[in-house]
Amino acid sequence: MGKPLIETSKISKMYRMGDVEVHALREVSLTISEGESVAVMGPSGSGKSTLMNILGCLDRPSSGDYWLVGEEVSQLDRNALAQLRNRTLGFVFQSFNLLSRTTALENVELPLLYAGVSARERHARAREALGRVGLGDRMHHHPNQMSGGQQQRVAVARALVTHPHLIVADEPTGNLDSRTSIEIMALFQELGRSGITLLLVTHEPDIARYASRVVVMRDGRVQSDERQTPLQARPDPAAAEAAL
Amino acid sequence: MSPLQVLRVAVRALMRNKLRSFLTTLGVIIGVSAVIAMVAIGEGAKARVEEAFASMGSNLLVVLSGTTNASGAHGGFGSMPTLTWDDLKAIRSEASAVRYASPQLRSNQQVISEDQNWATSINGVSPEYFLMRTWPVAMGSSISQSDIETGSKVVLLGQTVVDKLFGSNADPTGQSVRIQKTPFQIIGVLARKGQSATGQDYDDAVFIPYTTFQAKIQGGLQKFIAGALMVSAVSSEATARAQNQIATLLRDRHHTPIGADDDFSIRNLTEMASAQQEGVKTLTTLLASIAAVSLIVGGIGIMNIMLVSVTERTREIGIRMAVGARPRDVLSQFLVEALALSIAGGIIGILLGLVAANRLAANFGWPILIRLDVIAIAVGFSGLVGVVFGLYPAQKASRLDPIEALRYE
Repeated sequence: MGKPLIETSKISKMYRMGDVEVHALREVSLTISEGESVAVMGPSGSGKSTLMNILGCLDRPSSGDYWLVGEEVSQLDRNALAQLRNRTLGFVFQSFNLLSRTTALENVELPLLYAGVSARERHARAREALGRVGLGDRMHHHPNQMSGGQQQRVAVARALVTHPHLIVADEPTGNLDSRTSIEIMALFQELGRSGITLLLVTHEPDIARYASRVVVMRDGRVQSDERQTPLQARPDPAAAEAAL
Repeated sequence: MSPLQVLRVAVRALMRNKLRSFLTTLGVIIGVSAVIAMVAIGEGAKARVEEAFASMGSNLLVVLSGTTNASGAHGGFGSMPTLTWDDLKAIRSEASAVRYASPQLRSNQQVISEDQNWATSINGVSPEYFLMRTWPVAMGSSISQSDIETGSKVVLLGQTVVDKLFGSNADPTGQSVRIQKTPFQIIGVLARKGQSATGQDYDDAVFIPYTTFQAKIQGGLQKFIAGALMVSAVSSEATARAQNQIATLLRDRHHTPIGADDDFSIRNLTEMASAQQEGVKTLTTLLASIAAVSLIVGGIGIMNIMLVSVTERTREIGIRMAVGARPRDVLSQFLVEALALSIAGGIIGILLGLVAANRLAANFGWPILIRLDVIAIAVGFSGLVGVVFGLYPAQKASRLDPIEALRYE
């Protein structure tokens, strides 16, 4: 296990809905080390999305401390959080969230645009990232010319093009068939081997089996937190069929 | 993100909706072209007025003698001779703001050549008269100081009179004409001056030395000037000063008691010119203001479309924020889009405005006057419209919550 990448100390999140206070997260303390792949599970309303948003620096906790790569980030302003997301994190979403009418290459370049990287380096790094996810020959395709699995690969390439410490994936296989899901999980495991930490939110136990640690949330609290030997995802169709 | 990058992203976004972008820009195009065309028209009209007054002469004052009041019937200015030749001498020597002064004695008489005749205005003047009116001699020579002193019977003809008596383009220098039975030798012809602002033909006149006028044409009282004095000030700023100096001088010389009315009147032609120019300027401002209103309407169109665009692209904004766009990156992106729309509109508007100004000028026969400062202001103003009306939508975009924006369907 590497050194801690994420450390939270009693983070809580409270919303006001009319007169009712909703406690989406209640004093969650969690430590995730570098290189881990953590699957966060739980029923809807358990707080797993809120936890992911806070850990992904899209939102701030109402109380508690959050250290990301040794830096206390719970009170940063919106501009600083945006920079942190740009440099430290990569996102993969259930609905891919690619820019339509924009080529795969330009989609992957997008984070680098905000990082102030020169055009030449942007192209080179985006090509490399697309090559890494096996889409070297689809660089100039638009999202609507690609299958769901290919679109999600573009999203993964976009997440890793900035060389992030952490990839936050929110139901990344939710819109994919089981075969493509395994392909994507194989890709994540490959990234994990190169040292990238993965935070995976899912409600599918089959997908959680590919993670090295499973955190189950319930009513805004961590119900269980167990390490496991991850199942190796093999993108080979026959093997994938057999594994399921 | 570099400014060039921001611009590229903005232009691409606008190009995705070409028709919409064009229609949005149309408001600004119409506004800017209207401002430029209106100002060009106003400037053309102003130049027309200036031209008319410039041909009259520069920095001129006209001094008229007093009025008669015979059994309750008031005569007009000049009906009662009050100005003396000594007054003229005093004005020339004592009023420091005065450059030139000349009498202008006038009578309408028949001018008779060998085989033609023509009724025109006979003017008795001094040599300075032509300097004041910036009226050069086209052929022959002008009236000289010695002509004044000896009262020689010489005459300068205006072009219209030459046309009528000798035919156009004839050179009658050296020939003679008769005015009231007195033969006058033609010493020269004046350059063509054209029409006054009121349509009066300046060239339909002849000029003789004022001393000759007194002796041969006028007769009567020799002490008083039976006509007007034309005075020019040393500069256009000095006209008011010259007017005061002459008034003070004449009141003093005529022993006018304090509080009593002047027994003369002074007309400031420069004031008349500037009053007319003021009128044209007001008209220009009015037209340009109406055009400017349409520019503001164009700005509201931009704001409207930008608000629609922000709502439509909520998800895009969410994606950009998730991958690291700061609120100010999003702000500048939408602001630059609004600016690009308004400045593109401004540039197209300038081109259209110039075309419109040219056509209108050709129609009215006015000089085309394109003012660069107006173009600069129009572009600046359309840019300002872009910023002012683009700011609210851009702020709205930059304040979106990335989580909400990503969930937006």
